[in-house]
Amino acid sequence: MVQDNGKETTLALRLRVWRQRRGQPGAFEEHALAAVPTSASFLEMMDMLNEQLIKEGKDTFAFDHDCREGICGMCSMTINGMPHGPLPGVTTCQLHMRNFRDGETITVEPWRARAFPVLKDLAVDRSGFDKVIQAGGFITVRTGSAPEANNIPVPKPVADEAMDAAECIGCGACVASCKNGSAMLFVGAKINHLNILPQGQAERDRRTLAMVKTMDEAGFGNCTNYGECQAHCPKSITLDVIAKLNRDYLRARVKEFFSSTGKPSKGGE
Amino acid sequence: MKLDSKIPAGPLADKWNNHKAKLRLVNPANRRKYHIIVVGSGLAGSAAAASFAEMGYEVSCFCYQDSPRRAHSIAAQGGINAAKNYQNDGDSVRRLFQDTIKGGDYRAREANVYRLAQVSVNIIDQCVAQGVPFAREYGGLLANRSFGGAQVSRTFYARGQTGQQLLIGAYSALSRQIGLGTVKMHTRHEMLDLVLVDGKAKGIVTRDLVTGAIESWAADVVVVCTGGYGNVFYLSTNAQGCNVTATYRAHRRGAGFANPCYTQIHPTCIPVHGEDQSKLTLMSESLRNDGRVWVPKDAADCGKPAAEIPEDARDYFLERKYPSYGNLAPRDIASRAAKEVCDEGRGVGQLVDGKRLGVYLDFSAAIRRLGEAEIRARYGNLFDMYENITGENAYKQPMRIFPAVHYTMGGLWVDYNLQSNIPGLFVGGEANFSDHGANRLGASALMQGLADGYFVLPYTVTDYLAGEKPGSRPSTDAPEFKAVVKDVNDRVARLLSINGTKSPRYYHKALGKITWEKCGMARDKAGLEGAIRDLQALREDFWKNVKVVGAGDALAPELERAGRVADFLDFGIMMCLDALTREESCGGHFRVEHQDAGEAKRDDAQFAHSAVWRWTGDGQLPVRHVEPLVYEETQLSTRSYK
Repeated sequence: MVQDNGKETTLALRLRVWRQRRGQPGAFEEHALAAVPTSASFLEMMDMLNEQLIKEGKDTFAFDHDCREGICGMCSMTINGMPHGPLPGVTTCQLHMRNFRDGETITVEPWRARAFPVLKDLAVDRSGFDKVIQAGGFITVRTGSAPEANNIPVPKPVADEAMDAAECIGCGACVASCKNGSAMLFVGAKINHLNILPQGQAERDRRTLAMVKTMDEAGFGNCTNYGECQAHCPKSITLDVIAKLNRDYLRARVKEFFSSTGKPSKGGE
Repeated sequence: MKLDSKIPAGPLADKWNNHKAKLRLVNPANRRKYHIIVVGSGLAGSAAAASFAEMGYEVSCFCYQDSPRRAHSIAAQGGINAAKNYQNDGDSVRRLFQDTIKGGDYRAREANVYRLAQVSVNIIDQCVAQGVPFAREYGGLLANRSFGGAQVSRTFYARGQTGQQLLIGAYSALSRQIGLGTVKMHTRHEMLDLVLVDGKAKGIVTRDLVTGAIESWAADVVVVCTGGYGNVFYLSTNAQGCNVTATYRAHRRGAGFANPCYTQIHPTCIPVHGEDQSKLTLMSESLRNDGRVWVPKDAADCGKPAAEIPEDARDYFLERKYPSYGNLAPRDIASRAAKEVCDEGRGVGQLVDGKRLGVYLDFSAAIRRLGEAEIRARYGNLFDMYENITGENAYKQPMRIFPAVHYTMGGLWVDYNLQSNIPGLFVGGEANFSDHGANRLGASALMQGLADGYFVLPYTVTDYLAGEKPGSRPSTDAPEFKAVVKDVNDRVARLLSINGTKSPRYYHKALGKITWEKCGMARDKAGLEGAIRDLQALREDFWKNVKVVGAGDALAPELERAGRVADFLDFGIMMCLDALTREESCGGHFRVEHQDAGEAKRDDAQFAHSAVWRWTGDGQLPVRHVEPLVYEETQLSTRSYK
């Protein structure tokens, strides 16, 4: 990409960007942007657009972003219809302009999902994800009450599988890419992280039931196995976490059914 | 300003236990009568908020991100140190303490560092119980690696995402409390000021970033865990939103700011690619184990592709200057050496602003020796990340790297209890100054954040609350709150009304240029004096000519940035002043005038102290106070890597 004279290749772009105020209908706005270096990230291109808007005395486009190194999960743009853009396995902040052509028209939208209302322009409210975690995405352990770490051996394959699932950054691309607006990949990843570890066994059923219930209440849809979520997940989380979520949910419901036919335990609940 | 470090008496190894035994307690039935505000939800903030709530206090937690899980602790890659000695290689609390205090170039408080090493072992227990998927051996027990030049393997890690996994652990503990209703979480809220009543911290004023509402919140104690100030350099490895506003606003209300000139520059980051760049990305330090660092001997070769430069025309400058450590020279040394060759005009890569700021990190020798498959196994994910960002294949051509601002050791001054000089204002994590001295060792930032949050603040804040009458906190209708709310409203209105010609980002970039050039890897008297003058002029220009678009009653990213840049401008002046008055070199602070042939030259006779700055007024220079560093059990020595 670096030319011999040390100067960079640049692009001239047409941008169709979503403009919306909270609680009001939105619409696309068109802007031309010249001299975008191919080495710039997509968000740096958006910074350039915003600087241009400031010069023109117009309001900038609000968008969520923070670490800009693909780990915080804050950036959330649908680019040409694809959450996080056309490159597999990366977040918007790690998408670079060399993946686009000179003269191209790029459409930039917020995450589109019922459970993620637009706050302004490209920024959406993803607090539904936090609510699901608050319902059960944890192992109850009070500060100070943990046993010595090596008292809990975890077989390496189990630890590795838990880590694969724990890589989820909670960005919401799975929901945005799903025609049902389902959060099953997100919830499945967390269930798979905690439910397979020895430390997570005590709360396994409670956790699964509580997280699924909250997921439904937060307005996320069901999974019908389209697989779009897997295709757009920037951390390449795979569909099997949903299968395991369904298995654990069934297991917990069956156990709940049979235990509820007997007398309630004296321990309460 | 009274600076009583409150270090407990007795032998170093017993201080914390003796102190804990004397700290006062609060009756469980009374705890719910106290309200604790925690600002920030990174490792320190999340861990503290969760722990307070588990104890029975009423807690409110604030963060500017849309979820507490996004705090920048999440980006730490390498690992977390703990003196577990699982590897049977002679590690101990004493050794971790010694390494940390030496790594900080003897500019940290002995008692704090010892406590950090002591509680490090509890952190690992806590995180494992939470389900943090640390790397394991086949036997199911925890794996360790050696990191940052340590002679023992004491670093615990979760692939290259240790910070992410530790934060998710703390976030899950916090989430559980939010679900139980014991923590009220306020996301997308930014702390814009601190409220003092009768000289004690009793609340904060925030802006709701979605609605623009300016609100005040009263509490019995305020705990600030808002991270570091690396973005004063504009380009850094920090997240875009990281800022100094919470700590600087507290400083303006009377809190001392300690050692702002202690900043850490990491040698292996992806170089700047252009003038529109917004951030720098770190590449793990482990790459230096197999990569050789070089630049062309002749500046005329710098524009050529690396393959066209023959072996004898290359300068492997780290191997030449530091034959015994070579490419593994410590962070500060390697960073300065790269800057020197680029200043000589021998840098490589694109021209940015008329300069080539990059050096090669070349794996060709290692690929010839070990084969490409082995290099891929060791560093495949890093090579992929590099290619994704630069479009270059590092198996075929050398990587280009350059140093970047990474961590800030300075912060609000705190005593042994992590309480600032304002009663009722506690500070945890990177936001305080206490544990790393003039330089931080790898894998110790995560350790400090969690130590403060899980194992120090719950004890010391309880002791403070035991001295406050339950139910005595003021209401937000008190005149002190009204006055601060008015200050904040006035400031926001002023920023929106200037309607000048230059964007907040323009000023942020201009600020970063000055601080990086004059107060970055190498500093000198004339440069720092010039920087202070330039920053004062820039500050004046900002308040006349900044243009802030957007509305005060909606999500307004330009308003957020303008407020943060305004505080960074004032803070930058204080940072340069601190660097100017510290007439020695130590750790990350390198004064060109004070060196032994390129090595940092400390002056223990005059500067074995922390410099603590007191705010004196808008646009005026702060005043320097001193807390002497007393070493009871440590011999001060010179770091040498030749």
